[in-house]
Amino acid sequence: MSATSSTIVNLPDQKTATLPKRNYLNNEDGLLSWLFTGDHKRIAILYLISITFFFFIGGAFAGLIRLELLTPQPDLVASDTYNKFFSMHGIIMVFLFLVPSVPATLGNFLMPIMIGAKDLAFPKVNLLSWYLYWVGGLFTLAALVLGGVDTGWTFTTPLSTHYLNTHVVTAAVGIFIIGFSSIFTGLNFIVTIHRMRAPGMTWFRLPLFVWSNYAASLLMVLGTPVLAITLVLVALERTIGIGVFDPTKGGDPLLFQHLFWFYSHPAVYIMILPGMGVISEVISTFSRKRVFGYTAVAFSSVAIALFGFFVWAHHMFIMGVSNYSALVFSLLTMLVAVPSAIKIFNWAFTLQKGSITFETPMLYAFGFMGLFTIGGMTGVFLGALGMDIHLTETYFIVAHFHFVMVGGMLMAFLSGIHFWWPKMTGRMYPESLSKLAAVTTFIGFNLTFLPQFILGYLGMPRRYHAYPPEFQVLNVLSTAGATVLGVGYMLPLLYLGWSLKYGAIAGNNPWQATGLEWQIQSPPLTENFIEVPVVDHEAYDYEWLAHKTEQEVTTVG
Amino acid sequence: MHISPVLWQFLVKWLNASALFPREASTIAPYADALYFFLLLITVVGLTLVGTLIFGFAIRYRKEKHPVAIQVEGSTLLEATWTIIPLALFLICFVWGALLYFRIYNPPTNSMNIYVVGKQWMWKAEHEGGQHEINALHVPVGKPVQLTMISQDVFHSFSVPDFRIKREVIPGRYSTVWFQATTPGSYHIFCTQYCGTNHSQMIGEVTAMTPDDYQKWLQASTSGMSLAQNGERLFASMGCNACHTGAAAARGPNLAGVYGSKLQLTNGSEVLVNDAYLRDAILNPSEHVTAGYAPIMPTYQGQVSEDGLIDLVEYIKGLQSNYRIQQTLVTTESDQAAPTTPAGVKP
Ligand code: HEM
Ligand SMILES: [Cu+2]
Repeated sequence: MSATSSTIVNLPDQKTATLPKRNYLNNEDGLLSWLFTGDHKRIAILYLISITFFFFIGGAFAGLIRLELLTPQPDLVASDTYNKFFSMHGIIMVFLFLVPSVPATLGNFLMPIMIGAKDLAFPKVNLLSWYLYWVGGLFTLAALVLGGVDTGWTFTTPLSTHYLNTHVVTAAVGIFIIGFSSIFTGLNFIVTIHRMRAPGMTWFRLPLFVWSNYAASLLMVLGTPVLAITLVLVALERTIGIGVFDPTKGGDPLLFQHLFWFYSHPAVYIMILPGMGVISEVISTFSRKRVFGYTAVAFSSVAIALFGFFVWAHHMFIMGVSNYSALVFSLLTMLVAVPSAIKIFNWAFTLQKGSITFETPMLYAFGFMGLFTIGGMTGVFLGALGMDIHLTETYFIVAHFHFVMVGGMLMAFLSGIHFWWPKMTGRMYPESLSKLAAVTTFIGFNLTFLPQFILGYLGMPRRYHAYPPEFQVLNVLSTAGATVLGVGYMLPLLYLGWSLKYGAIAGNNPWQATGLEWQIQSPPLTENFIEVPVVDHEAYDYEWLAHKTEQEVTTVG
Repeated sequence: MHISPVLWQFLVKWLNASALFPREASTIAPYADALYFFLLLITVVGLTLVGTLIFGFAIRYRKEKHPVAIQVEGSTLLEATWTIIPLALFLICFVWGALLYFRIYNPPTNSMNIYVVGKQWMWKAEHEGGQHEINALHVPVGKPVQLTMISQDVFHSFSVPDFRIKREVIPGRYSTVWFQATTPGSYHIFCTQYCGTNHSQMIGEVTAMTPDDYQKWLQASTSGMSLAQNGERLFASMGCNACHTGAAAARGPNLAGVYGSKLQLTNGSEVLVNDAYLRDAILNPSEHVTAGYAPIMPTYQGQVSEDGLIDLVEYIKGLQSNYRIQQTLVTTESDQAAPTTPAGVKP
């Protein structure tokens, strides 16, 4: 799937084209105008810069982890340091990157425009949630700078409460605050989608990206408070010893597991659902077709969100949950896998009878489909009770969640960033470099994480600083892959930065896409629409678009 | 397995010889591997299908070949197909996985018991004859071995990949796992639950030996005192025997025969006496007052280690308990924190 064809990009004449004189970027000047902005698009940009920053910190830790694992001996750093590395890697990637990534950046930027609104329902709350993100982020960084945490991102008690001397409370406070940031974002989205749709924008005309963000928002609002409570309990147990998780005080150590996973399982859907929304948009655009079975795809998002609350105990199959509850949770886990399977096939059949081009976002989307299928199927391994016993807590898990979250969510994020970059900045990125990056990422990813499935079946435990020598060959492969993958992630940072100044002028609708966001100027005006749009067609109605373009041509010509 | 046994044997032999596959060293392993191959198969088939669809459509309908897209709404028939087929496959995986789970977590009645205590950062195994070992476990082949495990501090997890078994080792409650080794040899024990600084050093070896060698090993490593004997000594030195004298007028109930029986408590509930109950009754006596007795027993929380508790329980078990009931008890419960399973009910 290389660059066989170019392309449906219809760029304006580069000699005469300029960026629109007035847009959300130059509407007001100065740092303060950004720090006090209520514009959802500017807040999205603030988020984009912030999460990119944290992503590369988390990525640096990934590099250090893989470097240590190059040899079986614990030779690069001491055990404690290694444990801090993977803890910081996990904490930063999950709470500061994966959870906010798509909703807070692309969602913030696009959702109001996609439904024909001028802004989110509560612009100030939106800004507040960015500040909360940073306050939480700074606590997390403080925990890092002051000496680190070594709980892993899962904060398991009683380890975290009684047996570690590191900055657990600081990190917990950080995550607690970030949690509020995500609750606010979720609330804002829900209210906006309910109340602020333009005339004619009915529920079943919403782009699927809006649907999936809606489902993810429900999860954020309902799930995150449980995490917050859990972290408060951990902090209280650590500081004043209330004993809810402490067996010697009559507490139950398994209670922590229940509470933590009650949030953290739905959290993986918070991470992946918005990404699925991106994929729907991209595949539809570059095959120029309505998403196959729009309603099924929309409802499967909601189904995933609802079922997502009832499978948490599948993280505890070996922990002494009763055999019968294990049965129930295993069954529910299998059921929640079905909507994901539905989506994969719906996307594949969207391509059928389309007119397909292979732009960078599409390459990432194809990558997503392959990697997410592997990630999802290996989830079925883990849902099957007896198999889970052997595989859980090994590198099989590490490989599985990286396939879902990094192979899935991150591919979707990169796909979306490339797809909407022209809209956000008004400029195109260099095409061959971006395709190179997509292919490099895909190859690097597989080289990194496929060997880890085998390592897992061989039994190599996760969170190991040193390992028996027979696992080395596969670990070396994985580290080599991580290097390639690292390059794949650096490339977009470089050329997207470059494009801000030198990229070709994109025009309003370079991909000839149907969404409302493509019918306004790039970059958009602060108020998005000059007059409130009236929607008279379904999402992904390419016939409407062709008709409209024709009209424009005749009226203009 | 119902696929051709010859083919199966060949496959397993080949994989066992390769470095990509763990050894099959327990009776469970072939069952786990069979499910693994089934899952692998549907994954590969699924992936091939998705890949073929994407690449097929991408080539067939690329813009040069197919300049104008033909809009399709959807198709209920197709969508029903790809809902029902995955659902059916996943349900097969569910049933198969559940059968395997019960096989792995329900020990046979004739299994021998070894205690394992997990602590930062070592595995301590205790055989009934009193042999102790650290980060090592000697077992006979061909005999089911049940491990009764508890953690003294944080969560640990006991894993032997070559046996395909693993179970969380939990502070404050007993968990069990069993296996039957098939091939003499030595196999890794890993702690797979992150447990602090030296988590990755919490590695041990299971040595599976022929029954004869195992007997020799037992004799060579005996400390002279069995767990029950140690328990008896503790029972005296901690003053338990002051009240639990066995006499009818004693201040505490007679413990002989209590293991495996049903006990009436003052609060009206009836409990089944098993390892977990006894442990809890020693640590939190005020919550388990036997009907007819005053709540005068002091707590031993903090005064007796997990090893000591195991010894005490072993001792109490040995006081004229009913062997058959004991076995049934041990085998029906994998979750011993809240003993609700009635005695004599066997899955
Ligand atoms: C070059 C890319 C990456 C590499 C090589 C890598 C490597 C690893 C490794 C080896 C571990 C396991 C640590 C252990 O269990 O001992 C790990 C854990 C983890 N990774 Fe990554 N990772 C990468 C990217 C990412 C990304 C992009 C994310 C999220 C966006 C992510 C999220 C996580 C999480 C949540 C954990 C769990 C941490 C824990 O066990 O506490 N990783 N990663
Ligand atoms: Cu451990």
